[in-house]
Amino acid sequence: MRIIFVLAAAAVGGILAVTTAFGGDDNVPPISDAVVQEECSACHFAFQPAFLPAESWSKMMGGLEDHFGEDASLSETVRDNIEAYLVANAGRGNVDPQNPPLRITELRWFKSEHSEREAQRMMERLDVKSLLSCGACHQGAERGIYDDD
Amino acid sequence: MKRLLLVGAALALVATTNVQAGPREDIVALLMAEASAEDAAFAGFSGERGQILFSSNFNTGKPETPSCTSCHSTSPQNMGETRAGKPIEPIAVSKTPERFTDPEKVEKWFRRNCRSVIGRECTALEKGDFITYMMSQ
Ligand code: HEC
Ligand code: HEC
Ligand code: HEC
Repeated sequence: MRIIFVLAAAAVGGILAVTTAFGGDDNVPPISDAVVQEECSACHFAFQPAFLPAESWSKMMGGLEDHFGEDASLSETVRDNIEAYLVANAGRGNVDPQNPPLRITELRWFKSEHSEREAQRMMERLDVKSLLSCGACHQGAERGIYDDD
Repeated sequence: MKRLLLVGAALALVATTNVQAGPREDIVALLMAEASAEDAAFAGFSGERGQILFSSNFNTGKPETPSCTSCHSTSPQNMGETRAGKPIEPIAVSKTPERFTDPEKVEKWFRRNCRSVIGRECTALEKGDFITYMMSQ
């Protein structure tokens, strides 16, 4: 894979805090913009912008009419404001600008922290429907706290 | 001028037939005006047509979402669920009284969900029928 996603690699190495927009202790800044929080939590947990680099957010926000197989379109003004916020608070990493990752759940660090077997078992135990329900397993997820378990 | 008259007539119709007033009634009144502007033969909204819209399998939109029931569950009174597993409060007004009271929210979700399910935006008639059905549920 050509993509060198520093954020992803660093998380695995445990040097997350030094090289990325993640804060210390594997935590991320919470979303501070009420509109982003509201609009991006309508269908799933509102992921913090630090989990993807700017290129990813720009590409995603340019294609909301087909957002993972669904129309999530917004008025132009709201869309522009949300994109500006996500880009300004994005994680850092070198990605192919033509083909940036769009899924957090497919990043290498994410997969290694949520190994399929273990995640599956935990989802069954807690009756969690989707890995995208970050808050179902990480109680502090909305506040950006992921190291609480 | 003709369009204005029709709008006026529709609003008058609402004023005389609808004793209740509120944001939901305002939304329905505007849809009535639009529906009669779109079709001179417009004769009011129908909850039965709304029910058909709600439960039909269109298969003309995105493959993941053939029907409104894909997310809102097969009964308007039940909780629904998004494709990403987030619960959706029942779409029936009796269960979720805030339904269809915020014009921008109503417009946004009709636009998105009609495009996802049917592959085009809904007409004023379809929107009015849908809300009428949900008000009876
Ligand atoms: C209309 C519903 C809807 C809205 C609104 C919405 N999304 Fe999504 N989003 C989805 C669906 C559906 C998926 C794919 C779920 C799946 O495949 O499990 C998804 C997936 C994602 C993913 C990838 C998750 C992963 O790692 O697998 C990201 C990132 C994302 N959305 C960001 C956003 C942002 C940012 C916003 C606000 C601008 C937003 N979404 C608003 C429906 C929505
Ligand atoms: C099914 C439960 C579950 C879900 C859902 C889940 N996680 Fe996790 N997550 C875990 C477990 C278990 C770990 C490993 C915890 C540990 O070792 O401290 C983990 C680890 C992490 C870590 C590393 C924390 C650390 O201490 O190093 C981050 C960051 C993280 N998850 C983010 C997310 C995000 C973002 C989402 C949503 C897209 C998510 N998780 C969804 C269970 C879950
Ligand atoms: C992909 C999942 C999905 C599908 C399919 C879907 N909806 Fe929705 N719908 C939602 C979500 C999510 C919301 C916003 C959350 C909420 O209001 O509880 C919503 C809200 C709405 C609203 C706003 C209601 C209000 O409170 O004012 C309307 C109107 C609506 N949907 C109509 C429809 C119609 C009509 C269809 C079928 C053509 C449909 N939906 C299909 C997910 C879906």
